[in-house]
Amino acid sequence: MKKIIIAFLFAVTPMLVNASGDVHLDSVDIDMSDKASLQNGARLFVNYCLSCHSAQYMRYNRMATDLELTDEEVMKNLMFASEKIGDTMTVAMDKTDAQAWFGTKVPDLSVTARSRGADWLYTYLRSFYVDSARPWGVNNATFKDVGMPHVLWELEGLKKPVYETHKNAEGHEIQSISGYEIAQPGKMNSAEYDKAVRDLVNFMVYVGEPAKMQRYTLGVWVLIFLAVLFVVAYAMKRNSGKTFIKSFHL
Amino acid sequence: MSKMLALLNWVDDRFPLTKMWKEHLSEYYAPKNFNFWYFFGSLALLVLVIQIVTGIFLTMSYKPDAMQAFASVEYIMRDVDAGWFIRYMHSTGASAFFIVVYLHMFRGLMYGSFKQPRELLWIFGVLIYLALMAEAFMGYLLPWGQMSFWGAQVIVNLFAAVPIVGEDLAIWIRGDYVISDVTLNRFFAFHVIAVPLVLIGLVVAHILALHEVGSNNPDGIEIKKNKGPDGKPLDGIPFHPYYTVKDIVGVVVFLMFFFAVVFFAPEMNGFFIEHPNFDPADPMKTPAHIAPVWYFTPFYAMLRAVPPMFGSQFPGVVVMGGAIVVLFFLPWLDRSPVKSIRYRGILFKAALAIFVVSFVVLGYLGTQPSTPGKTLLAQIFTTVYFLYFILMPWYTTIDKTKPVPERVTS
Repeated sequence: MKKIIIAFLFAVTPMLVNASGDVHLDSVDIDMSDKASLQNGARLFVNYCLSCHSAQYMRYNRMATDLELTDEEVMKNLMFASEKIGDTMTVAMDKTDAQAWFGTKVPDLSVTARSRGADWLYTYLRSFYVDSARPWGVNNATFKDVGMPHVLWELEGLKKPVYETHKNAEGHEIQSISGYEIAQPGKMNSAEYDKAVRDLVNFMVYVGEPAKMQRYTLGVWVLIFLAVLFVVAYAMKRNSGKTFIKSFHL
Repeated sequence: MSKMLALLNWVDDRFPLTKMWKEHLSEYYAPKNFNFWYFFGSLALLVLVIQIVTGIFLTMSYKPDAMQAFASVEYIMRDVDAGWFIRYMHSTGASAFFIVVYLHMFRGLMYGSFKQPRELLWIFGVLIYLALMAEAFMGYLLPWGQMSFWGAQVIVNLFAAVPIVGEDLAIWIRGDYVISDVTLNRFFAFHVIAVPLVLIGLVVAHILALHEVGSNNPDGIEIKKNKGPDGKPLDGIPFHPYYTVKDIVGVVVFLMFFFAVVFFAPEMNGFFIEHPNFDPADPMKTPAHIAPVWYFTPFYAMLRAVPPMFGSQFPGVVVMGGAIVVLFFLPWLDRSPVKSIRYRGILFKAALAIFVVSFVVLGYLGTQPSTPGKTLLAQIFTTVYFLYFILMPWYTTIDKTKPVPERVTS
């Protein structure tokens, strides 16, 4: 029996070290309790993303409550495209226009943090580089030939890639991006930009699942309750041969 | 109290309430030597109830419409009170169902619970497993994400591989030339009413069959052979209250694991809810890598392991179907005179261990994109999976067994 269990564990182990993918992703520190970060992320989101991308399942008043802002603050500073505080984050841009301007549909960002993952978004928003061959003058190392322009360029500035040459598995020489150099400085330095993107991604993770705000806290209480219930159930089982049977046996 | 008793008598004169209570609970004698592995039957019943109750609440807000399905799921996650909690219970419940059922089936394999006189009990069980797979497959289409759509596309296309009638069969199942609103609507009907009805009927049959023949146990001894002067099995104890109080402990421990997932890791790193399923279904955009949810991956790996023959995928479909059909024959493939692994020889133990490893490895391979090396591995382990059954009459006949004691141990 023990042998079977050990064999089973050996077989399961590869599942736990599941390979993640080809592109290297930088990891980002997500913290739902950091309200200042979420508020800054919301500000960046409505200013830079919400002109083209919608977050059509996210309501402004839900955001106000969760980010500890008043409805008035949200209406004054964060609502440009909607009128009612109960509205969802939609955009006015026409879908056919988007197709003509960017060559593709502009995806809704409500659950993008869940489909792509926070690390992907964090890496993606930090890997735009100058490429004159592309219609918007930029390309992206994480999402090659993406249709999106570098909307945060005034914050980050523009970067030129630094290439290195190395041999791949088949022995062919290939070029890959080893780093970047600033071609045109932006309003922020590299560390400030990383922090801004981190706040934006933190906000997008929140938008992906607002329930996350309550999920963990409620979960702790449920597990404490079950632990107490376990003690009671276990005591009942131990006594099942004695008092319990006498009192409940039909 | 006497009024209550009078009411009970009134009911008993018209409906066998007390009789049923006694037959199935207070005077159903179960072997006294049940161990850890015997929790999973009652837990499967618990998960079934969780799925039905959460499912009822989900249908109150879900819309089976290709234009609205994805949005209605997000509506449940955000705007319905505790909607996220109900939905995560249901999505976690689906995986929990398979974990529990796989462990329950493994218990049956270990202790020979499928052997005479429990052949029908086992067959009902395999039918439940089949119904469960249909239920899970059709439920997975409903969130209308990319994996919902393309997973259904791949599986329904398997029917198209059937010679001659295949193409028409696939269209008949989909109700359209591709997975569409029509398909979503009919899968919804099957998921919320047709298959659950079948499932509940089968579960009742499974329990009735169990209570007719009596439970097996880790020693594989028939407790009905040793009865006391009162006609009750000497090694048996009434299910209620002995096993009800024991099962309550099992239920609480299970719920701790269950809710740990619901609250802290409902996606289970992409194994319970796949990340691409947060992209709405798009018939124009095929995902780079289509993988079913983890509980189907062993069979998916078998499907991909078989190369197309005569330009048809049909052989792969046959192999995949055969992997499940072969389970029905298990009671007649096992020729051993003993039931439990405790009194079997090394051949059976080794075969079972290798079988479990092959199933798990196939499950892993099914989650991965195919490479020539991985396809070869899948072919080897698919062969091993089938050899476990095909060679069973041989190795269980020649295997050395230990003498089985008269009475249950420990």
